[in-house]
Amino acid sequence: MTAATITARQSFAAPSARAYATRPAGTLAFSFRNVAKQFGGKAVLQGINLDVHEGQFIAVIGKSGCGKSTLLRLLAGLDKPTSGELVHGSGSHDDKRTRIMFQEPRLLPWARVSRNVEIGLTGIEKGEAARKKGLDILAEVGLADRGGEWPSVLSGGQRQRVALARALIGHPSILALDEPLGALDALTRIEMQQLLERIWIAKKFTAVLVTHDVAEAVALADRVVVIDGGRIALDLEIPVERPRRHASPELAFFERQILDKLYNR
Amino acid sequence: MTGTLSNLGRSALGWLLPAALLAGWEVASRAGLIPGNVLPAPSAVGEAFWKLLWSGELVENIRISTLRALSGFVIGGAIGFSLGLANGLSALSRELTDTTLQMIRNIPHLALIPLVILWFGIDEQAKLFLVALGVFFPIYVNTLLGIQGVDPQLVEMGRIYGMSRTELFLRVILPGALPSIFVGLRYALGIMWLTLIVAETISASSGLGYMAMQAREFLLIDVVVLSILIYALLGKLADSLARFLERISLQWHPAYQTV
Repeated sequence: MTAATITARQSFAAPSARAYATRPAGTLAFSFRNVAKQFGGKAVLQGINLDVHEGQFIAVIGKSGCGKSTLLRLLAGLDKPTSGELVHGSGSHDDKRTRIMFQEPRLLPWARVSRNVEIGLTGIEKGEAARKKGLDILAEVGLADRGGEWPSVLSGGQRQRVALARALIGHPSILALDEPLGALDALTRIEMQQLLERIWIAKKFTAVLVTHDVAEAVALADRVVVIDGGRIALDLEIPVERPRRHASPELAFFERQILDKLYNR
Repeated sequence: MTGTLSNLGRSALGWLLPAALLAGWEVASRAGLIPGNVLPAPSAVGEAFWKLLWSGELVENIRISTLRALSGFVIGGAIGFSLGLANGLSALSRELTDTTLQMIRNIPHLALIPLVILWFGIDEQAKLFLVALGVFFPIYVNTLLGIQGVDPQLVEMGRIYGMSRTELFLRVILPGALPSIFVGLRYALGIMWLTLIVAETISASSGLGYMAMQAREFLLIDVVVLSILIYALLGKLADSLARFLERISLQWHPAYQTV
């Protein structure tokens, strides 16, 4: 924990009890060790060192093309690092334990909502048990009665909820979120952010959110990592208590710090 | 309830124009505006229909033609579908065969009739071969297009969630390709009748096309017209069947949702 950040703004409330006291700070969820990634000779990421503890909510921010999505694809195992290594913590050796959620919901249009959610249990559970879990998780994301619908009749926000349910049904220890709210309108976004936070608190997974929305990052994350030119330019704790209020002065302070870094002011 | 009624009304609407044409045609024939040796009155065609129906000739010819059409369709369709799947799923298979298939596709299959007669005579094989060849291409091309058009993001999603290759095919790729496969199916059904009729007209000793050609020789113009009308009905029947299957299997598609 960076003591400097906190002492700099003593006037703020004590760090969130939830994030810093109730969680064993020592258990590592995953660790990037000097990771680099090149695509066709062009370095997209270089010298990435990043330790993330279990249960932490970390946001990764950067301008488009900075390599933040690549970082997430490496974490989810969709790409392999060119050099360096990615170590998973003790609890999550199994690949099934990392789930990724994209900007597009990626639902199968020919499968009912509940069947789409059950895809999250592929290779884990089937039949009646899967069906039951599907209904439970749909209720948790506020779509209890929509299981029998086709995805095409749902709104954009509802489809993202289904995608969230599908990602969570297998109890991942790490949830990687690649700008999942990027395509939603402003009001739906805020609703979804609150849902995401509530579910994260309830399920205790490690969340890695890639976003280009600084306000979203500071509203949700315990820690914000800024990536610039393929390197980590800033690694900042956000010790603001939850529930957080959108656009509160505490959040605005961190938001400005990050924006200054992004634009080298 | 009102929905069902208006649906009925709408499908009746499609039959309004043919019915009006028929009535106009009958009136014009009776008034002597259309000479009987150019186009017989619908009532005369109806009479020919009854006669042929009672003699059993009509039913037998329809049975033979339908059997030929369907056998050719099953053979050509199965080969086209399998090759479409293989080439859609495997780049190697596609590179190996697609160029050849595209070359053959550009030969009008009816241009092969002289060759086919030399090969098979006027036996059943000749007609099966032509129908199968005609049906093959629309099914092949559309199956291939359908599979290539499946959203790669959905395929990636399936992989991330640990679907096996079989699961990925059955749950993601095949359903995604289905709308395009149905386009191929409907197109192929049209080609199926067209090819069969041409083949039967040129070389056959039974079937609807043969019946029409025989009638021409004896100047039985009412039977000729009757044959043409039966083609239209059989074609429409096949198309309706394909649309019915389409509606059932593409319920998820916004274009097929009734509510």
